[in-house]
Formats: sequence, C-alpha cells, structure tokens
Amino acid sequence: MNTREPAVEMRSISKGFNGVPVLNEVDFEVRAGEVHALAGGNGAGKSTLMKILQGVYQTDSGSILVGGKPVEITSIQDAKAAGIGMVFQEFSLVPSLTVAQNIFLGAEPQGRSGLIDDREAVRRAREVFTEMEVEVDPRAHVSKLGTAYWQLTEIAKALAQNARVLIMDEPTASLARHETEALFDLVARLKNRGISIIYISHRMDEVYRIADRITILRDGRRLLTEPLSNVTPEQIVEGIVGKKIEGQLTYQQRERDPSSASPVLEARGLTCGKRVRDVSFTLHAGEILGLAGLMGSGRTELARVLFGIDSLESGEILIRGQKAVITSPRRAIDAGLALIPEDRRDQGLVLDHSVRDNLLLPLLDNIKRGPLLDARAGRTLSSSLIKKFAVKVAHPNKPVRLLSGGNQQKVVLAKWLGTEPDVLILDEPTAGVDIGTKSEILDMIRELANAGKAVIVISSEYPELLAVSDRVLILRDGSITRELKRSEIADEESLQLAVQGV
Amino acid sequence: MNNATISTESPKTGGLDTVKRTLGELDWRRYVIYIGFVVVFIFFAVLLRDQGFLSPINLLNIFRQTATITIIAVGMTYVIACAEIDLSVGSTAGLSSVCTAMALSQWGIVPGILAGLAVGLVVGSINGALVSLLGIPSFLVTLGMLGIAVGVAQWITASAPQPILNDTFNMLFGSGNFGPVPGLIVWSAIFVAVGAVVLSRTKFGRQVLATGGNRTAADFTGINTKRIKFQVLLISGMVASVAGMLYAGRLESGRFQWGAGDELSAIAAVILGGTSLFGGAGSVVGTLFGALLIGLINNGLILAGLDSSQQQVVRGAIIILAVALARKK
Repeated sequence: MNTREPAVEMRSISKGFNGVPVLNEVDFEVRAGEVHALAGGNGAGKSTLMKILQGVYQTDSGSILVGGKPVEITSIQDAKAAGIGMVFQEFSLVPSLTVAQNIFLGAEPQGRSGLIDDREAVRRAREVFTEMEVEVDPRAHVSKLGTAYWQLTEIAKALAQNARVLIMDEPTASLARHETEALFDLVARLKNRGISIIYISHRMDEVYRIADRITILRDGRRLLTEPLSNVTPEQIVEGIVGKKIEGQLTYQQRERDPSSASPVLEARGLTCGKRVRDVSFTLHAGEILGLAGLMGSGRTELARVLFGIDSLESGEILIRGQKAVITSPRRAIDAGLALIPEDRRDQGLVLDHSVRDNLLLPLLDNIKRGPLLDARAGRTLSSSLIKKFAVKVAHPNKPVRLLSGGNQQKVVLAKWLGTEPDVLILDEPTAGVDIGTKSEILDMIRELANAGKAVIVISSEYPELLAVSDRVLILRDGSITRELKRSEIADEESLQLAVQGV
Repeated sequence: MNNATISTESPKTGGLDTVKRTLGELDWRRYVIYIGFVVVFIFFAVLLRDQGFLSPINLLNIFRQTATITIIAVGMTYVIACAEIDLSVGSTAGLSSVCTAMALSQWGIVPGILAGLAVGLVVGSINGALVSLLGIPSFLVTLGMLGIAVGVAQWITASAPQPILNDTFNMLFGSGNFGPVPGLIVWSAIFVAVGAVVLSRTKFGRQVLATGGNRTAADFTGINTKRIKFQVLLISGMVASVAGMLYAGRLESGRFQWGAGDELSAIAAVILGGTSLFGGAGSVVGTLFGALLIGLINNGLILAGLDSSQQQVVRGAIIILAVALARKK
C-alpha cells in the first residue's frame, strides 16, 4: 500500500476568513486506493480543508496536485473534472427525480436528436450499481427510498462522473448497523478498484475498521499523519481534544438508585401507527433511560408521540401520577417536557436567526414586560445560557448557521434547558458532534439527572447509551422487547446482541 | 473558528478602533434601502430643483400618495416575514371601500366603518383558514381571493361608483388634517409605529419570524404555527380594509377599482425594505422606506416630465436594481 503513488496532494494550504486564520500550512496527502481518515475537533479546519478540495472555497496559499500534476480548483466543476467527488452529509439529491436522473443531473446522456435519453441514463446507472455490487432500481424516485439508498445514489453519482477520490463526511451517521456493514463492504470494493476515500468520522471504531491512515488536524494545523497501526485510540482522542479525557464514555455509578425515586412519567399502552405499538414504561426523577433499537424500530416516533407531535391512537401518559392530555408540543411543554430533536438543523434551530433569538424562542414569556419583550432581559438571559453551556460563539447576534455542529447542538440544549423541564427527551444528542463536545454533552446529561430531572436518551451509538443510561429499553418494530438495568449489560456487545434480538 | 474572545476585546484598543470595527462589520446590504432612499432623494433634489421637488407641498404630497401603499405594506410585511404571500390586498381594499360607502349611505358612519372592517375580517379569515387549516399555498388562495373580492365589489355596485357624502367620514379617513398634519400621514405613522413595535418587540412578532424562518423548528418549539399563519393573513386583510376606507375617504367615494394593483406595489415595498421573500426576516421601518422610495420615484418621474409608459420602465428598472443590491451574498 505504501508504495502507491499519491492520488491527491494538498501542499501547505492556508486559509483565513475575515483575517481569522482557519488553516495554517496544512499538508494532506491521499494515496490511490487508500482510505484516509481525517479527524479533528470543532473548528479544527476539517470541513474548510475539504471545501477547498471540492472547490467551494479557494485556498489563500499552497497548491493542490492530483495524480502528480498541479491543478487549479476554483469551482465545484473544477473539482469534479479533477476526479474529486463528495458524498454529502446532508444529501444533495433532488427527491422528486429518479435515481438515474439524479446520478446524471447536469451531465445527462443525450440522444442523436439532442434530447435527453432517459433510457440510456437508466442503463448506465445500472452499470454503475453493478460495478458497486449493490442493488438499486435506477427508475425509483429518490423520495421513495430510505437514507441508505440516498447515500448509494450519491456514491453512484460521484462514480458516474469518474471520481477517483471520494470524500465521505460522517457517512454512517444516519445508517443502521447492517447498512453500515454494507457501506464498509462497498468501501472495501471501491478501494480495490484504486479509488481513494477521505473518511471523516467521529466514530473511532469505524476509523479503525476501514481506514489505512489517519490525519489529525488541530487548530488549523496538521498534528500528525500516521498509519492506524501506529496510533492508539487514546492518542487520537487526545490529539483531537488536546487533553486527556478519561471516563467520559464509561458509566458512572449513581449515588443512589434513581429507580426508587418517585415516577415522573408513566406511559401506558401507547400506540400510534406501526412504529409505536403498545409501549409502556415508567421514568423516575433523576433517572436516565436509554432507548436503543435499529433504524425504524420506532425510537424517534415514540419521542414524537410523547412530545405531542403525533397524536396517540390509544394509551395514556401520566405525569406525576396525573393523566396528561398531550396533543401538541405546546401542551407537552406546559406539562414539563422538552424534546431535543434528532435533526437540529431542520427541527431544532432557525438557522438564519441569531444565537440569541434561537435561545429565547421558547422563553419569550420569561422576558415579557407588559405586552413587549424586554430586550435587556433577553440579552442577560441569553448571555447566561451561553455561559452556562459553554457555547463558543463570536457574538450572540451572529446567525446560528455559522456555528459548528457541536456548538449548534449546545444551543439547542441550552434553549430547552432554559425552560426548566422536568422530563428531557434527547434524540441522537451527539450525532455529528466531535468527541470533545460529545463528552461535554454527556456530562451535561449526567448533571441534569443529578439535579433531579428525568431524562430519556435515544441513540444509535451504544457506547454513548452505556455511558449515561441507568436503564435501557430495547425497541423493535415499535414495541419494547426488553428492559435492561445498566448492571445487567456487560458491555457494548451484549447490548448489540439485545438490540439485534439474538 | 468560533473565537470566543472577539466580542470581549480589551477596552485599551480605544474608541477609533471600535468605530472602525463596527463599520467594517456593518452589513451595508441590510441598509441598502436607506442608502438608496437618500441617493434617489438627492438625485431628484438636484435634478428637479426648478420643478419644485423640494417644496414642502410636494414632499407632503409624496407622503400622502404613498400612505395607502405604506399601510397595506405594513400588513404585507407580516405575511411575507412568515413565508406567505397575500395577493388579495388590493381588491380587499376596493371591496372595503364599496361596502363602507354603501353601508354609510344606508345607516350612517359607524355601521359604514364596521362594514369596511368586516370585509377585512371575512376575507382575512377565509384566506387564513384555507392556508393554515387546509394547507393550500397562500399564493393560490389569495390569487383566487383577488378575483372574488374585486368581482363581488363590481357585482354589488353594478360597476357604479358609490359617492360618500358624510363629511366627518371623509375628513377622518384621508381628506382632512389632524392639526397641521395631513390625516393620511397620521394614519400611516400609526400603522408603521404599531407594526414595527409588534414585529420586533413582542412575543407574537418573534413567533411570526420564527415560523417564517423554520416552520418545523417553530413547531417543535411549541409555537402553534397554524395559528400564526392564520393571524398574519387576518392582519393583512384587516389592514387592507382600513386602506380601502382611506381610499374611500380621500376620493369621497367607494369604487371597485380602488386599490387595484396595490398588492404588487406593496410586495415591492416590503422586499425593497429588506424583508426576506423566503420568510424569517422582516422590518416594518424598512417597508416604510421601501414604500416612500417607490413614491419618491413616481413623483420625481412625473415632475421630470416622463410620460406614464416611460415611468413604468424606469420604476421597474430601479426596483430590480435595488433588490439586486440588497440580496444576500
């Protein structure tokens, strides 16, 4: 492997925004047929480096070589022409078009008449999928397919444009376990065909499984580039965070057993469609309840029912022993619930609004003076939330869009904790968040439980569930199949087995 | 990248640096309407100094002529900031002027005013209900309502103007003065002031912006976005009906043509004023200046002696130019 020639070289790349340096003489090299992991914390410069490679940003200084030849990449078209493809984290497909139409979007095959030849597109799409050894119907409409297929379509799109280098940004974030396995197999096949893959992921186990080498960025500089056999996970984490973190991902024994505390929330026979079927459980004050299950097992749907977004077909919810009628998020909030939704960009934040406005949105009643909002009270309240949750923000007036994923998530958390809920439901609270922020968020969850809040954590990351949960419910096809105390779960593997139902 | 220290620099750097930094960070695109307003004003003031552009009477005229558009545009600001549109405001104004005139000649001034307001209430409620309850796009609902309202106004009057002989009404709604100040200016000042404060300083205003900015997130935050969508269309209808009564008072009659085409001027004023056509951001004061800029251009072009066909061309070009300058990078 080491003898292979480099597919892409980025030499002493520097980039600044408004005079703030973001990248400082970074060298980055990917060999042909190599899977190269790129890691780094919030604002380390990973995404900026990749955007330069894709032609979204232009480098201030430094050079890019593809296949040994210097290239000028000043637009996405240039990057494509140089054979660099991107599998987007937020998928860049047009849902109303078919798979084949998406794959050849902007490069449609034309018949002799000059009109688009859709049949040819379908045929060529089929070829690409055959090469990838996956089965996708090119004539299916993208909107009708699941996320795993979206991703396959994205990859096919890049390959159809003769990409030699694929950038994958958190490709497994929205995949279930078996879909992830299928993706890894695909990555291995692509690698055998000499295609290089730049793999951005916060998940250490994945990096070790599929990557050959790793480059770690910190504060806009390259910290190291090493074969993975030469570095330990602790070294990587330390490299990313800049300090040793211990015990963040291990369960911390609670001082007293929270299941003996009074029940705050009781669900009895909740049913809603196919994804929530006869679900009953009890949640106690100060307890952290984990919800585990594969994609489509009904985890998110259960959260939506509890928060009044989808309405119950049957069953009842009791809050502190009283029957609660939760038919809208407003009622849920009034009953003392808060939901940190799965997709923070779509469901949690108004991206173009300022950090302050986002924080204050559920708290407007707290800063009212007569019919008007008190701007000064708003500033004080938002500043205290920003400080309390250590949100890194240039100014509270700046749009929340400009923050990194981890900081955006902190804003969502802060926004909801400001309402002082009794029951907090967190759906994938650390998705797409770097490991430093992740441990901060997990710590926050523990603190909240210690302060007597009842917490439900939904996560597809087992180490994270095991790190915080006092109890874990396993969901399968919308029903609870098992309930496990934390002490009954030996390790990640046994939780996985429980989820898989074997 | 997100440097926490930016906002907390030491005060040692001195006042001048602060000013420089503030100016550097100033997003001039947000203020392009004010800059444009000043530039166009100075341009006409120099070019048309002999045609009496700067005379107090002419300046008051500009305000007076733009008053109804300004008022309609205040309501429109809410609708557009909420990521909806209301195309029926012009014909709602026309229908309101007709209903006011007819009720007024039958039963007197108070029923007349109530009839006008009722038009706004009914039209706004129907628009709002169809958009928020049935989920029909507001573009289609209000496009349909545009035809319905003007058709009803023409039908019930058999296309005839409805004269208003009640002097109190005419004085109150547009023809008269409050002290030295023309009534229309007072009316638009009230609407702009209330509209600006409610949008930027109340819970309702904040919820309108959040609903327009990201409806899903607003829903998850517990905001009843259906109700917000209903309310903005109701506001827009009510405001348009008041504008219709101002037409009736100023022109001393109710006619189905009053307000025809105002929806487009109002939308132009709102967008010029910096409200995002995609929702989520809006400024009522910006809308006022957007309306005034349109009025300024109309007035200047007339004084410059352009005929109405040429006026339309120049006005269109200026609006496109201003919006192009104000767009996001």
